[in-house]
Amino acid sequence: MAEAQKMQISDEVAIRIAGMNKWYGQFHVLRDIDMTVNRGERIVICGPSGSGKSTLIRCINRLEEHQQGQIVVDGTELTSDLKNIDKVRSEVGMVFQHFNLFPHLTILENCTLAPIWVRKVPKREAEETAMHFLQKVKIPEQAHKYPGQLSGGQQQRVAIARSLCMKPRIMLFDEPTSALDPEMIKEVLDTMIALAEEGMTMLCVTHEMGFAQAVANRVIFMDQGQIVEQNEPREFFNNPKSDRTKLFLSQILGH
Amino acid sequence: MSEPSQTNFVRTQMLPPSPPPLREAGVVRWLRENLFSGWFNTILTLFGLVVIWLLVSSALPWWLNGVWTAGSLGECREIIAKTAGEGASGACWAVVRERWHQFIFGFYPVDLWWRPVLAFCLLFAAMGPVLFAGQKRKLLILLGAVVAMILILVTLAASAVPNEVPGQTDAPFVWKLALALSLLTIGAMMALTAAGSGKLLWFTGLYPALCFWLLWGGPIWVPLGALFGFVLLAVVYSSLLKRAGPGMAAGLGLIVALVWWLFIDAPVTVALNDAIPFGLTSVQSDEFGGFLLAITIGVTAITFSLPVGILLALGRQSDMLIVKTLCVGFIEFIRGVPLITLLFTASLLLQYFLPPGTNFDIILRVIILVTLFAAAYLAEVIRGGLAALPRGQYEAADALGLDYWQAQRFIILPQALKVSIPAIVSTFIGLFKDTTLVAFVGLMDPLKGVTQIVRADIDWKGIYWEPYIFVGAIFFVICFGMSRYSMYLERKLKTDHR
Repeated sequence: MAEAQKMQISDEVAIRIAGMNKWYGQFHVLRDIDMTVNRGERIVICGPSGSGKSTLIRCINRLEEHQQGQIVVDGTELTSDLKNIDKVRSEVGMVFQHFNLFPHLTILENCTLAPIWVRKVPKREAEETAMHFLQKVKIPEQAHKYPGQLSGGQQQRVAIARSLCMKPRIMLFDEPTSALDPEMIKEVLDTMIALAEEGMTMLCVTHEMGFAQAVANRVIFMDQGQIVEQNEPREFFNNPKSDRTKLFLSQILGH
Repeated sequence: MSEPSQTNFVRTQMLPPSPPPLREAGVVRWLRENLFSGWFNTILTLFGLVVIWLLVSSALPWWLNGVWTAGSLGECREIIAKTAGEGASGACWAVVRERWHQFIFGFYPVDLWWRPVLAFCLLFAAMGPVLFAGQKRKLLILLGAVVAMILILVTLAASAVPNEVPGQTDAPFVWKLALALSLLTIGAMMALTAAGSGKLLWFTGLYPALCFWLLWGGPIWVPLGALFGFVLLAVVYSSLLKRAGPGMAAGLGLIVALVWWLFIDAPVTVALNDAIPFGLTSVQSDEFGGFLLAITIGVTAITFSLPVGILLALGRQSDMLIVKTLCVGFIEFIRGVPLITLLFTASLLLQYFLPPGTNFDIILRVIILVTLFAAAYLAEVIRGGLAALPRGQYEAADALGLDYWQAQRFIILPQALKVSIPAIVSTFIGLFKDTTLVAFVGLMDPLKGVTQIVRADIDWKGIYWEPYIFVGAIFFVICFGMSRYSMYLERKLKTDHR
């Protein structure tokens, strides 16, 4: 889309992954992953289930450990050094398939906890920031409710706001709409599109091909732990190169 | 009303609501559905009624003929025979009236009763800010009740002193001073609560030392010295936190505090006491008994077993092999051994391992082992709570950049402890009742120790049910209170809105 193309992509490298391999026991989940993400890029990762796409983005904030190769996020290499891991995690926001809000805390507390304790922001300032982002995801009036009182779509928007409160430079989305009812998917996607338009660096594992066409500047297709094909969205959807991609696209777009 | 035809029908008149038939309403319906819903249930109901009748008819006279004023069991029986006729059965509550103080205080000196009583009242003031955190109104009511308790109970206890005062005693003005100070403290706490300040935990922190001093007496420098160790720990921790990180700072603080407690504390305390002798009459551990003993052991063990249990549960889940092995080993060993074995260890074996000449108080030893015993059970209960949390909660906390201890403190433990509340409180209730097992190491627990002493008296020889019913009733009140509190807490913490 025209406006998507207008969004700024700088030459600055945000994430660099080189020769990365990961195993679960004997099982080789990620094989020789090489990719670079520039600041401001919006990347959609798709692929059949079990292709390792979630594992890949979970490696970027070290929820999963890689055994070989290099992952550098914002100039910090991920190793077993806990300080580096915490640094990367506070710069990288993540939104999960099942929201993972903290059910014992109110929406506002969900959003202020990490800024207060990780960023050491004063409580009042953290609350103002939280309200700002809740406004942005269009649910400021729910601030004092508990997650259990909100609908799935609302919860996912809170989860996005919670990540944004940490003022991350990169956002990871792990199938953010897969656990939602169809009519709630739109409200979450709208929030994500708004975020993309502001120039956030985003990596998004999703099967929402409409979203990919609207905002992504690159689509990555994975199968069996490898990157099979990557291209800008129009080429990717209209003119896929590999047979595996063609098959996948025909299956998800076929009905 | 028109007869509705099969195919088309229009209602011309709405029906008014009418009461259900008699068979389907109120008591009759309840009886029919719950007690007489079929021939089998009817037989069961009738059978149950007969059993209840048999039980009540045999026990009721015993309760109704109860005698409260008598000097001995024989006298009781005479009175019952006189009022209810020869051969009638009746309870002899006179034993409770005569000997209640032994069930409560053991052989704690009469003129010092005000001290445990005051400690007991202040216990509620110390627990209040923890039990009713953020509940201003409830906390104020509780503190008000504590004031009333102190005024009534402490005055009663102080006035129980017989005319011929036995050997050991505090100066007469001391209890009045203590009373005034306690009331002032609670007044200050109430003012703080009313002003909306949550900073009441300082009293909770001081309370263990204060309670120890009130119960055992001795120079005031002993509890102050022990407290000073914690002050050292806090100072070292906070000054090193920035530079060395929480683990290192806590470790070094602990080392400094241990050095103080083990090597410096005692001489300093002695020197201070020589310079400024001030204290309460000291009471020996063998004078403790009854519920004073049970509550002392129970409350201390409950307080300390929870944090130890949490640490053990976290240790058991740890990735660090040595920590994990130690925790698993400890938990499995303690759970695999009967409590009585541990108590015997406390009373006999521990003495062999300690350097000769150390006088390690028996109650303290028992408290330590009961604490460890309960902690092992709690660790498993809490592990269950930890396991019940979805993996996503850990991941969300990690993804936000919270470190391990922050994630545990704000995300994991609040939820894990919440789901384990019923099991945790069950463990606490079990622990409190298990305090009666200290009878096996010669301590005077209320159930066996004191009752045995009372029944050994020539006046009360042959009495059987009454002391046990009395002690059981007190245990029931305390345990039932804990159970109700846990239900309140569950309701208060219910935020999942399922």
